[in-house]
Amino acid sequence: MTALPTIRDEEWRYADFDAVGRFAPEAIDSWREIEVAAGETFRECVVIDGSDPFLSRIRITVGKGGRAELFAVNACADYARLDVQVSLAEGAHFEFGGVTIGGGDATREFVTRTDHSAPDATSNQVVRSVHWGQATGNFLGRIDVGREGQRTDAAQDFKGLLLEKGASANAKPELEIFADDVKCAHGAAIGQMDEMASYYMASRGIAPDVARRLLIRAFIADALAALDDEDEAERLFEAALQVLERKGA
Amino acid sequence: MLKIENLHAEIDGKEILKGLNLEVGAGEVHAIMGPNGAGKSTLAYVLGGRPGYEVTQGSVTFMGEDLLDMDPHERAAAGMFLGFQYPVEIPGVSNVQFLREALNSQRRTRGEEPLSGGDFLKLAKDKAGLLKLDMEMLKRFVNVGFSGGEKKRAEMVHMGILDPKLAVLDETDSGLDIDALKTVGEGINTIMRSADKGVLLITHYQRLLDYVKPDHVHVLADGRIVKSGGPELAHQLESEGYEAVAA
Ligand SMILES: Nc1ncnc2c1ncn2[C@@H]1O[C@H](COP(=O)(O)OP(=O)(O)O)[C@@H](O)[C@H]1O
Ligand SMILES: [Mg+2]
Repeated sequence: MTALPTIRDEEWRYADFDAVGRFAPEAIDSWREIEVAAGETFRECVVIDGSDPFLSRIRITVGKGGRAELFAVNACADYARLDVQVSLAEGAHFEFGGVTIGGGDATREFVTRTDHSAPDATSNQVVRSVHWGQATGNFLGRIDVGREGQRTDAAQDFKGLLLEKGASANAKPELEIFADDVKCAHGAAIGQMDEMASYYMASRGIAPDVARRLLIRAFIADALAALDDEDEAERLFEAALQVLERKGA
Repeated sequence: MLKIENLHAEIDGKEILKGLNLEVGAGEVHAIMGPNGAGKSTLAYVLGGRPGYEVTQGSVTFMGEDLLDMDPHERAAAGMFLGFQYPVEIPGVSNVQFLREALNSQRRTRGEEPLSGGDFLKLAKDKAGLLKLDMEMLKRFVNVGFSGGEKKRAEMVHMGILDPKLAVLDETDSGLDIDALKTVGEGINTIMRSADKGVLLITHYQRLLDYVKPDHVHVLADGRIVKSGGPELAHQLESEGYEAVAA
């Protein structure tokens, strides 16, 4: 059994250690293993909306030319962390779309580690964080490109939308690259609600709560854009936007 | 339908409107002209209730109600439409979604039934046709990637769909080429020229007034209406300049 993680562990640096201390050590050691066979596609949509601290760790191995898609809404009322480790074979793809949303003082985070040690594999990760109160949203994305990982194309895109002063968001990409023909793109931006867009909507008669919902839906849509299943996308949108209802004005 | 009395307003503690009086009756088109920085856009925003534009004195009555007491979206539902000098881009929200939400929000606020998706699309298509705006444009995100002229025509499509009682149009003519100017002018006439509607046309130039003939023309300078007259005043301003006329 390994010891509990500490703040010195890179991929736990933004975690809520009060909550982490409440996890059973077994939970921290336990990984769900998923094998995606060559040429196959695996897709999973996750909604985290409970009120107890939450931890889920997934290890995905994607075979040659295979595809793993993971979409997650992290709207837990307490500390919640989704850990994903992906290992990509030649020509395989990993698609990740994540939304953290909520208020209170909870930390909600996605931590991914993508192993590009085979050639021609691609990955695309888009995370959107919407927070208020004292809440925090995190995205830690590590990408390892091994010597054989030529023509790797890995992208990470993070945007945070903070509705109130006390909220925060952190994005931390980490790249370990040992191949020379590699494309790794990464973007991160944090902003506030667009006041002019809200006013423009109001000037056309849209009530403030409806305007806010529309703007936030548009903001998180990037994270779900690659989800090619309208019903599932709608379920995730609803799960995320429902949290707003609890916020009040 | 609109009565502005002794209106004083400030932005960031700086007084911009300094005792403005104006009355617009039903069936009338009023043009407001004036030099840059006179406070024309400020007047439009104050009427539209934009946050940060603080009224310190005076009153505005719209259709018999205290306009200043209403939230911006309530003003829209009461029949006020503000055409923006610089229409706002909203990435991720399509025009169709935006306008349907706007129309149905207004209807809800007024206690009316929402319009169905089919009926709404029919209405949108009709108004887009009137302004010669391709229906495809309405499927795109609000104003994103629109040219200056397309934004202004899109604004007039908003107006057509929302069917307001009073339109306050802030330099709707800027950024329009001569053909678009004609289309927009005719659009304004079709949508707003009626005995129970009013228009407040803020403009820099005479040219839009060739299409939308004003009943009254006012000169706004330094936060006040300094001169009012008939359509001939616009021509005089065009040939002699604001300074000579307003002095
Ligand atoms: N956000 C602002 N903060 C401070 N002053 C402003 C702001 N917006 C406009 N002003 C000032 O208010 C005055 C009137 O501006 P505006 O109403 O835009 O004039 P117009 O539309 O007639 O050209 C100008 O002096 C301008 O500099
Ligand atoms: Mg202006």
